[in-house]
Amino acid sequence: MLELLIPQASTFAGDIDFVIELIFWIVLFWWALTQGAFCWLMFRFRRKDGVKAEYIDGSETYPKKVITWAHMAVLVFDVVIVVYAVQVWHNVKITLPPAEQTVRVIGQQWAWTFVHPGPDGELDTADDIAMNDELHLQVNTLYHYKLESKDVLHSLSIPAFRLKQDAIPGRVITGWFETTKTGDYLFQCTEICGIGHALMPARVLIETPEQHAAWMAANSPVSVAAQAPQAPVAVALGAPVQE
Amino acid sequence: MSARPIANTRTAAGMPTGKLAVWWLIASEIVIFGGVLGSYIMHRLAHDDWAVQAAYTNTWIGAFNTLVLLTSSLSAVLAHQAAESGDGKKAARLLYATCAGAVTFMIVKAFEWTTEITHGFTITSSTFWSFYYTAAGIHAAHVLVGAIIMLIVASAAKKGRDLHHVELIGLYWHFVDVVWIFLFPLLYIAK
Amino acid sequence: MAESIPASHGDHEVGHHEEQGFVSKYLLSTDHKVIAMQYMFTGMAMAVIGGFFAYAFRMQLAFPGMDVPGWGLVTPNDYNALVTNHGAIMIFWVAMPVLIAAFGNYLIPLMVGCDDMVFPRLNRLSYQIFLLSAIVLMASFFVYGGAFGGAWTMYPPLSAKAEYSLTQLGSTIFVLAVALEFVAFLMGGINFITTAMNSRAPGMKLYDVPMVVWMIVVASILFMASVGPLIAGAIMLLFDQNLGTAFFDPDRAGDPILWQHLFWFFGHPEVYVVLLPATGIVAEVITTFSRKKLLAYRTILYTVFGTGVLSFTVWAHHQFVAGIDPRMAHVFTVTTLLISVPIAEMMFVYIGTLYGGSIQYTTPMLWALGFLVTFLIGGVTGIFLGASGADIYFHDTYFVLAHFHYTFFPIAIIGTFAGVTYWFPKMFGRMMNETLGKIHFWGTFIPFNAIFLPLFYLGVAGQHRRIYDYSAFPELAQYQDIRVFATSALLVMLAFQVVFLWNFFHSMFRGEKAGANPWKANSLEWAAPSPPPHGNFPDGLPECHRGPYEFSHPDREEDYWPQNQPA
Repeated sequence: MLELLIPQASTFAGDIDFVIELIFWIVLFWWALTQGAFCWLMFRFRRKDGVKAEYIDGSETYPKKVITWAHMAVLVFDVVIVVYAVQVWHNVKITLPPAEQTVRVIGQQWAWTFVHPGPDGELDTADDIAMNDELHLQVNTLYHYKLESKDVLHSLSIPAFRLKQDAIPGRVITGWFETTKTGDYLFQCTEICGIGHALMPARVLIETPEQHAAWMAANSPVSVAAQAPQAPVAVALGAPVQE
Repeated sequence: MSARPIANTRTAAGMPTGKLAVWWLIASEIVIFGGVLGSYIMHRLAHDDWAVQAAYTNTWIGAFNTLVLLTSSLSAVLAHQAAESGDGKKAARLLYATCAGAVTFMIVKAFEWTTEITHGFTITSSTFWSFYYTAAGIHAAHVLVGAIIMLIVASAAKKGRDLHHVELIGLYWHFVDVVWIFLFPLLYIAK
Repeated sequence: MAESIPASHGDHEVGHHEEQGFVSKYLLSTDHKVIAMQYMFTGMAMAVIGGFFAYAFRMQLAFPGMDVPGWGLVTPNDYNALVTNHGAIMIFWVAMPVLIAAFGNYLIPLMVGCDDMVFPRLNRLSYQIFLLSAIVLMASFFVYGGAFGGAWTMYPPLSAKAEYSLTQLGSTIFVLAVALEFVAFLMGGINFITTAMNSRAPGMKLYDVPMVVWMIVVASILFMASVGPLIAGAIMLLFDQNLGTAFFDPDRAGDPILWQHLFWFFGHPEVYVVLLPATGIVAEVITTFSRKKLLAYRTILYTVFGTGVLSFTVWAHHQFVAGIDPRMAHVFTVTTLLISVPIAEMMFVYIGTLYGGSIQYTTPMLWALGFLVTFLIGGVTGIFLGASGADIYFHDTYFVLAHFHYTFFPIAIIGTFAGVTYWFPKMFGRMMNETLGKIHFWGTFIPFNAIFLPLFYLGVAGQHRRIYDYSAFPELAQYQDIRVFATSALLVMLAFQVVFLWNFFHSMFRGEKAGANPWKANSLEWAAPSPPPHGNFPDGLPECHRGPYEFSHPDREEDYWPQNQPA
């Protein structure tokens, strides 16, 4: 249902959608039932001349029984929701499957810097590729992200991955996702971070292995050091970041 | 100025209105101090290095102030007893003694803080010192306010008016005292 | 009876009160009814300001870069300041003063049958501090750098450091205003609780107290028990801003997450602090206009206590993805979903109360039923956000925004209108116009849904919050039509409020005279004349003989049985 609006581009996007849809159908059922009963009561017991309201003093069992049953049922449905929600949460946020690649994501007022491991596949080496506002990923690869912030709270949000995580200055937060589909996806900052909060869009570009290799070859600071920078501009680590 | 409303004289809950209100006031104050102390304890547990900073606080001064406050609480209790037996003059004298305790506490505090600040431990030195001054500062503000109210109550009690207020200010004073009993080990002893 | 008021002093200044001038009668009065009106009119003025802010930023969202009539160009800084202050005003300076302070002040002494609050001067002081806090907040718009724009949650480091927020004075003033407001409500709360506990009329047992009084008292207790840590936090944040401490500064061993805990430990119970008085009002209205006894008085009380206790254990569901230990999310998911049980039960009891009734569709009744309909949607959508797995996606999207407007709008606006239209005859001695009232109801209810239902859709589509212009996001820019639709609905809704203002002020002076008990209701406030004079009950304070909801008793000819009527 949700994928009609937003593509699913990570392995757990489907799981999260399932939880959302499960809750949707449960609450829709409850909402319709309650709303239906409510409308019926409002219609059935509208004022009629000469008809006095009933005096129900709390000792009658019928209305009480209805409410007790409804309330037990709410509890049961709650348990179902909790089980699925907690399972998905555990899978997405608590377990950390071994990484094939690691990227560093740095938020600051008001831009994102993405540090990709270069051809050697390791972060913090000379061939790292740092880019503003463009995250290049390879399809069907399990990534760890290391999320940092230079100033205030930011939040990494990739709707197509159904992933969200706040960045906290002074901490490095590690999480994971696995890409499943090539394409060009939205990357947002979802925690208010000052007047430029609306100016922090970035793109997630998921590429086939061939495309990714070609991009890497073209942008690696080691191999392209002699060439003039191409658009989009790759910036060396530590260089001032431009908008 | 309006007289007491009838509402104020009723006791449907079985407790005089003023006393009930003071208890609720204390309840709300407990959570305020709970917030400060809870934050402090969370930070403290996460930062072992604070023990080094805490070592610079003067336990003896803190202990002396604890003694002063406890003694002043005792005279507040005696003042309550005197008020119960209708002796406003004696209650007032005892309340003045409690105030003297508060003043001693504040003077010692001022001396202590001056020494610490001249030695370079200010509110911005580290988060420990920030908590130290903030928590003790909020408490000192309560001591000050309590002492002022106590003077007002005492001057009324001397003329035999509003003797039931003696118990109320006593309750509040015990609360201020108890807060210090929590602050003292957390800020001075845990090193 | 020892405590009856001498009736010989005429109807106005009973007993100890002398003839007063305008200032001492309306501005410095210690009469609980006057203070209630002060709170209500201040709240209404703040609601106009908050509504105007909503208008300004919704116009910017619908027509980015437009010169908004009445405001001008909405810059990014303006936009942040507008949404921040809209949120803070609507919760702290509209919902709380009107629902708790205005209705609490007006109703508690009348409904428990006494002449005033137990501490009238403390009451006046609390209003004065509240007024000061409102003025302080408004002042932030006129200082150098402009008003604070870091969201009403004031998360540091953005709120703590001027070099990040660019509003040095604005942030300080904002925190200060909020802290002052808390102090005002702590004082008011002590008064409400003590009055309701101690000053009940002779014969009024705990289970004879009208539901709205219970609700306001429990709300005050919740407020009192939850706000302390945030007051402490506000002091720490003010020190961070102005003295250079580092409580929340990660660069110097502080912890920004600590603020979030302190804030939401208060922030979530705060929802119930404003919810409970509104549900109390609804209980009074639906029993009166369905001529029914409340289906299960004690059950509602227990659900209220249960909700109150549980509300202290759910705060971290606002912080699932904020960087807290992810294992904590398990606990908070469970507690959050558990809270749906008492709240659902309360809804069921309210709806069940209609069963067997004789429902009169008066304006207050429409508002009360409208409350149940909309709050139901707000409640069920909360499940998505409380379930940790689903919240990963929905956190900080418009889904959250639509969800909490579906809870706060019924509470602060619909609930208030239910209360105002219901007690208007008591407050001013005249009836409001029913036709205009119904026009106003439908003119508010339908556009409200038209504003916020589409926003659920935008949230599901991934639209994130607090963005002044979505043109930088191609996936979201395509939904511009929906934004225009929501803004248009807002304009319609705001336009219909003129009907209310006209009806309110016109009826106040020209409305049909109301008797003491125009709705034939039971609780003690209807035993006093309309409007009640200073001292409330000129014929002596009432005694209570039964519960407040004895409607349609089989032994009686009439379908109501006032609490003060001897058996």
